[in-house]
Amino acid sequence: MKPPPREAQILAPVSRPSAEESQDSALETAIQLKDFDAWYGDFQALHSINLAMPKKRITSFIGPSGCGKSTLLRWINRMNDTIAGARATGTLEIHGKDALGPKVDVVGLRQQVGIVFQKPNPFPKSIFDNVAYGVRLHLKTSKAELQEIVEWSLQKAGLWEEVKDRLNKSALGLSGGQQQRLCIARAIAVGPEVLLMDEPCSALDPRSTAAIEDLMLELRKSYTIAIVTHNMQQAARVSDFTAYMYLGTLVEFGATEDVFKRPRHTETEDYITGRFG
Amino acid sequence: MRRWQERGIMGVLNGATLFSVFITLAILWVLGAETTNFFAQDEVTVGEFFGTTQWNPLLGSEKHFGIWSLVCGTFLVAGVALLVAVPLGLITAIYLSEYAHPKVRSILKPALEVLAGIPTVVYGFFALTLLTPALKVFSEGFGSFNALAAGIAVGILILPIITSLSEDALRVVPQSLRDGSSGLGATRFDTSFKVVFPAALSGITSAVILAAARAIGETMIVALAAGSTPKVTADVRDEIQTMTGFMVQMALGDVSNYGVEYYSMYAVAAMLFVLTLCFTLLGTWIRKRYREEYE
Amino acid sequence: MSPREKPALLSDKKLLQERRRPMSQRHRKDMIFRGICRGVSGMSASLLVILLVTILTEGIGTLSTQFLSSSPDPDPLIAGMFPAIMGSVWLLVLTMAIALPLGISAAIVLEEYRPKGSGLRKIHGFVQLNITNLSGVPSVVFGILGLTVFASMFGLFGNEGNPSAEVGVSFVDQFYNEGDFVLEVPVSAASQPEAVPIAGMRVFDPAGKAYELNLVGDDAEWPEDSALAKRSLRSWDVPGRIKDRRWWYFRLPFGRGILAGALTLMLVILPIIIISTQEALRAVPSSLRDASLGLGATQWQTVRRITLPAALPGILTGAIIAMSRAIGEAAPLLMIAGIVFITRAPGNLMDDFTAMPLQIYNWAGRPQKEFHDLAASGIIVLLTALLLFNAVAVFLRQKYSKPLS
Repeated sequence: MKPPPREAQILAPVSRPSAEESQDSALETAIQLKDFDAWYGDFQALHSINLAMPKKRITSFIGPSGCGKSTLLRWINRMNDTIAGARATGTLEIHGKDALGPKVDVVGLRQQVGIVFQKPNPFPKSIFDNVAYGVRLHLKTSKAELQEIVEWSLQKAGLWEEVKDRLNKSALGLSGGQQQRLCIARAIAVGPEVLLMDEPCSALDPRSTAAIEDLMLELRKSYTIAIVTHNMQQAARVSDFTAYMYLGTLVEFGATEDVFKRPRHTETEDYITGRFG
Repeated sequence: MRRWQERGIMGVLNGATLFSVFITLAILWVLGAETTNFFAQDEVTVGEFFGTTQWNPLLGSEKHFGIWSLVCGTFLVAGVALLVAVPLGLITAIYLSEYAHPKVRSILKPALEVLAGIPTVVYGFFALTLLTPALKVFSEGFGSFNALAAGIAVGILILPIITSLSEDALRVVPQSLRDGSSGLGATRFDTSFKVVFPAALSGITSAVILAAARAIGETMIVALAAGSTPKVTADVRDEIQTMTGFMVQMALGDVSNYGVEYYSMYAVAAMLFVLTLCFTLLGTWIRKRYREEYE
Repeated sequence: MSPREKPALLSDKKLLQERRRPMSQRHRKDMIFRGICRGVSGMSASLLVILLVTILTEGIGTLSTQFLSSSPDPDPLIAGMFPAIMGSVWLLVLTMAIALPLGISAAIVLEEYRPKGSGLRKIHGFVQLNITNLSGVPSVVFGILGLTVFASMFGLFGNEGNPSAEVGVSFVDQFYNEGDFVLEVPVSAASQPEAVPIAGMRVFDPAGKAYELNLVGDDAEWPEDSALAKRSLRSWDVPGRIKDRRWWYFRLPFGRGILAGALTLMLVILPIIIISTQEALRAVPSSLRDASLGLGATQWQTVRRITLPAALPGILTGAIIAMSRAIGEAAPLLMIAGIVFITRAPGNLMDDFTAMPLQIYNWAGRPQKEFHDLAASGIIVLLTALLLFNAVAVFLRQKYSKPLS
């Protein structure tokens, strides 16, 4: 039996960026990986990845569980440094600057490259303190400046209207979707240029997911975004570029429309159409 | 047949369980009854016991029963112990939980377990024969028995308790919070002190309270090193006496099995029991509430 | 409402640079704290080393087989801790024999027979809280409890010198004759009048050998022959009455004897055994229990054949920790036994006793340096015993630490 036309099934009409914009050939590169290999102990998790993620665009990483997409994402801001036995070789450059060598200040890098995790992880502090946490770490601010940044970040994350009356209440009292947006606000409050999102919606209900997706499209105006997702529709809806990974290798990378409509590799096609994965 | 056997076994098992309740009842009854006997004596009143500060039940013609000098000695020693053990214990706990390489951990943890397993009489010996002479080098004012040496030794004794209970509390803090913090560009120091430590605060508080209870009830160290002169003082160079120290003194002396001095031992024991019970209950309560937050 | 402009701090690169906390400073804080941590851990470790080295250097000189096999003595040169070692062995065996069955039973009830009804659940919670509290009670308070309940039994049964019930005791009238030999005449009860020397009556020497008494006349010469002198008495010789306690001697009240000491130590370690056994039982995966119950086994059969064997290594480790606590515990024993001069191993459950920590306390509390050295030697013996216990615990943990699930 023949499956229904894929195009109609996957590329539902949503407010995604226009095709011309994403096909702009003069896009600057934000994150560059060359011959990038990564290991956990003796296990090689990533094999010779070559990839250039364009600036102020959303790049999504898809692939079956264990394909290395989360590992790759967590290498971009060196979160893997906290895992014993994790190491990597090759080139990782962010805005043309090396981000992998021994001289790189990981702490500074993470300020530049923020990350949002799968499960919302607000600190057991007030909503205000959650957002102010990173700012206080990095900057000397006056009270007014701090307030300004917190308010702006919460607005940017689309959470301001919901929480402006209870900034001093514990963040743990928020719903899952609100918590995740709080984590996004927390990340952008330190003024990053790149945002990494590791399956940011997989723990959320559909309504919260829609809110986060809208937010991503909004944030795209100011940030380079990389997102790992299991949800093919989500990748198709929000991302400009898509990378398909399998067993630690990058199988296919290109504009989302191309990858979904005209995949060059049969593995990609199989995965996207659900025959595999 | 099988059912009868099963019932019999259950009876035995339940009996063993109820025995633990019986122990508590026995403590309450013995201490309660003998303390009542104490206050029934002519030489002492409740007002004197709780209202005065002179404790002198054995010597001289006039006996005095003001519990506060013993309570003061107890708190002086416990205070010194906490001053030593809380900072050291918490730093070690943070180190073990947030910083230490697994290899360092695998050495440090057993070393702390060894410290925890050393009998208290050994610490008493240590305080008396090593700490006190060392302290005397620094200041002439130290007596052969003094509160500071005893307090430091008690501090070493409770250090492993604070460390291991606090480390438990720190480890219960979810890894995702640490990731969230370092993902924002926090150093390990930032994460430890601004996220993990505050998140574990109630667990750490309970650790300190439980350790304080242990310090208050510690006996052998103070019996050997703190002396037997009850007084209200804050001078750690002085010889003092704790509640536990008094009980040991009574047990060693050949005091007849009745009379006001003998009963005073029970009154002091009752006071000690009530104090430690309050600390233990408070510590356990905080600990329970804290566990519920994350589990 | 219109969204705010991006705050100047985040958009103005120059301002941002100005306000940035210097990275080097933040890293320095991290490094300094790490240094403090290492210093503190190093200090704790060196403290342990200093403690052990001091005790070793002070105590090794007086540590010898003679020290282990002889009795305490006012002369530090010949003093030893044999009675204390034997006392500790007796205490440990008795304490564990009482505390283990009680503690494990209580833990089984609390862990394996969790009640379903709300009323019973409240009782269950109360018992659990009660055990937590018992574990926080200072051991000296248990000492005073033991003193009242076990040693004097509230004075209900008379006192130690005049107990209201005793078994396993026999009385002997003992004579010293002119040749400095000891002769004994058994007596059936304490109330019987003192033995009077009669020619031809059966007498015994201290080794228990029977003789026929030779009564030497009032004016007669004391016999020259030593074999005869050994069994001779004058008619005016008066005996002293000796209480001879058998190894199974038992009395009420227990008095300040070794049984009272062991029962008191049992109170101290019971909460430890209950809590550690509960933890060991909790670690057994419930799938094992379900499998057994699913095959039609009763609750008790499941506990006996499945859960207990699976939890055994954990229970044993807990038992060894409790033993370590019991062997080093001095305060409650001090309340029971005090410091008494004991020169031999305990002979029965009611015997006066001393124990290693008590002997150490006794020596440490004396002003003379020689006795401090003896205390250090005693500590070495005590710590060696503890080390052995821990070695066994580690061995058990390693041997049986196969995962069960």
